[in-house]
Amino acid sequence: MTDLTADLAGIRSPNPFWLASGPPTNTEYQVARAFDAGWGGAVWKTVGEPIVNVSSRYSSVDLGGRRMMGLNNIELITDRTIEDNLREIESIKRTYPDHAVIVSLMVESKREVWHEIVKRSEDTGADGLELNFGCPHGMSERGMGSAVGQVPEYAEMITGWVKEVARTPVIAKLTPNVTDVRPIAQAAFRGGADAVSLINTINSITGVNLDTLVPSPTVAGLTSHGGYCGPAVKPIALNMVSSIAADPEAPIPISGIGGIEKWQDAAEFILLGSSNVQVCTAVMHYGFRIIEELTGGLATWMESKGFETIEDFRGKTVETVTNWNDLDLSYKVVAEIDRKTCINCKLCYIACEDGAHQSIELVKSKGEFWPKVMDDLCVGCNLCHLVCPVDGCIQMVEVDAGKGDTWKKRMAKLEG
Amino acid sequence: MRKRKLAPKLTPGEAKERWADAHPPFSHDEYVHEANRCLYCYEAPCIVACPTQIDIPSFIKKIAFDDLKGSARTILEANPLGGSCARVCPTEVLCEGACVYNRWDRPPILIGRLQQVAMDHVFEEKYEPLPPEPKRPEKIAVVGAGPAGLSCAAVLARKGYGVTIYDAQEKAGGLNTYGVAMYKATPKYSLREVASIRKLGVRFRQGVRIGNRIKVSDLLSGNAAVFMGPGLGKETRLGIPGENLRGVMPALDFLEEIHVKPVDTVRAGNTVVIVGCGNTAIDAARAAKRLGATNVIVLYRRTENEMPAYQKEHDEAVAEGCEFRWLTNPVKIMGRGTVTGIRCVTMKLGAKDASGRRRPVPVKGSEHTIECDQVVYSIGQGVDTTFMAAIEGLKTDRKGLVRVNAESMETSVPRLFAGGDCINGGKEVVNAAQDGKVAANAINEMIKNAKGVPHDRSHS
Ligand SMILES: Cc1cc2nc3c(=O)[nH]c(=O)nc-3n(C[C@H](O)[C@H](O)[C@H](O)COP(=O)(O)OP(=O)(O)OC[C@H]3O[C@@H](n4cnc5c(N)ncnc54)[C@H](O)[C@@H]3O)c2cc1C
Ligand SMILES: Cc1cc2nc3c(=O)[nH]c(=O)nc-3n(C[C@H](O)[C@H](O)[C@H](O)COP(=O)(O)O)c2cc1C
Ligand code: SF4
Repeated sequence: MTDLTADLAGIRSPNPFWLASGPPTNTEYQVARAFDAGWGGAVWKTVGEPIVNVSSRYSSVDLGGRRMMGLNNIELITDRTIEDNLREIESIKRTYPDHAVIVSLMVESKREVWHEIVKRSEDTGADGLELNFGCPHGMSERGMGSAVGQVPEYAEMITGWVKEVARTPVIAKLTPNVTDVRPIAQAAFRGGADAVSLINTINSITGVNLDTLVPSPTVAGLTSHGGYCGPAVKPIALNMVSSIAADPEAPIPISGIGGIEKWQDAAEFILLGSSNVQVCTAVMHYGFRIIEELTGGLATWMESKGFETIEDFRGKTVETVTNWNDLDLSYKVVAEIDRKTCINCKLCYIACEDGAHQSIELVKSKGEFWPKVMDDLCVGCNLCHLVCPVDGCIQMVEVDAGKGDTWKKRMAKLEG
Repeated sequence: MRKRKLAPKLTPGEAKERWADAHPPFSHDEYVHEANRCLYCYEAPCIVACPTQIDIPSFIKKIAFDDLKGSARTILEANPLGGSCARVCPTEVLCEGACVYNRWDRPPILIGRLQQVAMDHVFEEKYEPLPPEPKRPEKIAVVGAGPAGLSCAAVLARKGYGVTIYDAQEKAGGLNTYGVAMYKATPKYSLREVASIRKLGVRFRQGVRIGNRIKVSDLLSGNAAVFMGPGLGKETRLGIPGENLRGVMPALDFLEEIHVKPVDTVRAGNTVVIVGCGNTAIDAARAAKRLGATNVIVLYRRTENEMPAYQKEHDEAVAEGCEFRWLTNPVKIMGRGTVTGIRCVTMKLGAKDASGRRRPVPVKGSEHTIECDQVVYSIGQGVDTTFMAAIEGLKTDRKGLVRVNAESMETSVPRLFAGGDCINGGKEVVNAAQDGKVAANAINEMIKNAKGVPHDRSHS
């Protein structure tokens, strides 16, 4: 039997899917609906001194008719009082004792303020705390959020203050708005964090309205840069997660976030080292009901792979991500076009001709010109395989070209 | 004796519903979605399949990028009649039939509908995507304001020539205004396209039949060149007894009536027999059904395999309730004063004839009568031979079709060009549009060469 139970730094949940801190976790009403639908845990919308939000808050990037490939927001933390939030958190935890309930926090960078909020939060019976070091807009102008998450010393210091009083596991939520996320993860680890979660949103402007010449979301003729999330950010998040998973100086559990919409995305985050995952945009797009497809798909895949638990495959892919210099330079693939399924759109031809290595020719057959790969010229870049609209029509086939030559070895030979 | 029965009267509302647009315009979401489905093939087969060679992937990409004006420009550069073609082209055998999606067992891109999006934008926003170049002194005369003539006139007007079209009908547009099925394009739509061409500076002289007071030779002496696109002449008569009875008419007349009168004022017979199975015959059958005829029976002396009509048109007619009787040939129309029935024989297919199709021969003793209230026939259209014969030096082929140089559309008479149905015997609007465009470009070359002006520079 497949067991989806997940464990992040001792916080257990019936499955690895948590709601990330955001609009879906604003209220008890929503979180109850989510748990009833099957979500494993929820990180409450970040609690702190209440703020005022602007009207018109989101904008998005559509791609080829597909809505919200990327979502941008200029919302701040919760606009409800600390009391209201904590009361509802307590109530939810009482009603759903087996689900993970995490309080996300962001307060002024003062030791006693952090001490107080940590205590009040833990009094609710919540399973853990998430320190929001990531929010890239608004809050950072007030010295919070990513203003903390971008400076390792601050992140370490605040994590340390929290750990002085915390009795439950502490998760530091990291911002992707840094050149290298590892120093921040290391700092959180040094500060005593029990886990890190990433990524928060990426600084963004989604576009400019070409009639008004102002970007969206527009607030009385102006905008502000926002935070980007949704399917578009997944590759960035995966890279950051895997870099921490492989970092010996940050040996810390990871909660993976960023663009998770399908069960496949979750599997990938876990393979690259996450203990569980968090989802925000997909729920904002489709509602809580999408959990059914997420858990169902993940379980079926695990079964087909013979994985009984999340731990069976967590981090399994981390070691395949290596340095470029260690890649085998003698390995070679070439493209092979299947004439039987080819629809002759010639997209591979023009892609290779103009955008790659001029390795596809057009050969006349039965009154038409068809694309044909010139094996000796093909460098095996994959481009044609990527542009081909027909699944499986262009395959990259391995050819025997020796083994084991790497850049590192070549350099070593030169030096030696 | 059987009394002639008329089709039940339709209310204006019913009539409106029955004649509704077969291709209602796409919404923004719909067209962006459809445009994004296009693969943007390289050396796309749809371009080759379009007789005017519109750069289809490009105009579709522009729609996907919300640049409808640029899209319309791409369409009009290749096809001055992009508007009517978007609606009336048999796309399933042209561009859409060539779409690579067909090979992939997926529905092809709805190219016609997308073209309509760009062209409707032009007509609704009332702008000119390709404004004319500075005026030139040379004048050109065009005979016939059908698709061929309009296309030629539009291209020449955009190049700055002074163009005058002479057309015998009250309204311009040729069969676009008087013939093509109204659920594809209404006369109003056709006239909108005509108006956009008038705005390029083209002069229209409607109600003038060339060959009467003004002859082609007069036009040749008063103009730098003459293009003629008079289309075809009258429908070939059946040549059987009873043809002059009331209620018997050629399909073109039947269809023209619906184009010039409000459809809810036209009454068809209750049972209408259509003779012939070309596209015009099917248009007539589907029109009769829309007018409310209870029974519409199409008679064809061969079988479905040999019918000249497009399969899609046939299938749609069947779906609308038209009945097809294959291997059935009329020998006599019955009635006293007014048609009451049609006498037919059953045929069988014999040996192959000159057209390569098996020749139908009558089956002995198979005569039978189909009772009906109206007979509409469409068994072919010939060229207006008297008009052609009056043009001195004009070479025609065996069927009376005008011979032209395929590269320039020039006839055997110098400076006289021709195109459209009068050279091909009756194809599509798009072929006429292509002919008009080719002739216009050839006329432009001819004039520039005569003046020794470099091709790429225009002058005023
Ligand atoms: C019933 C019917 C339905 C059709 N449906 C379609 C369709 O759905 N899609 C499609 O692509 N094609 C369709 N066609 C074919 C298409 O209409 C023709 O191929 C096209 O109109 C030919 O254009 P043209 O300019 O050559 O001739 P026409 O459209 O016939 O225009 C000729 C014009 O010249 C004028 N004229 C003729 N003689 C003279 C003269 N001596 N002096 C002055 N003016 C003259 C006529 O009055 C007419 O206005 C259909 C045809 C018919 C008959
Ligand atoms: C409208 C909106 C508000 C958010 N608010 C918070 C927040 O208050 N605290 C926080 O830690 N993250 C917040 N986030 C970030 C998400 O928790 C998450 O890290 C990010 O959206 C990436 O995940 P996704 O691609 O699944 O949406 C917010 C995201 C959105 C879209
Ligand atoms: S793999 Fe790259 S180089 Fe080889 S044929 Fe395809 S596009 Fe060209």
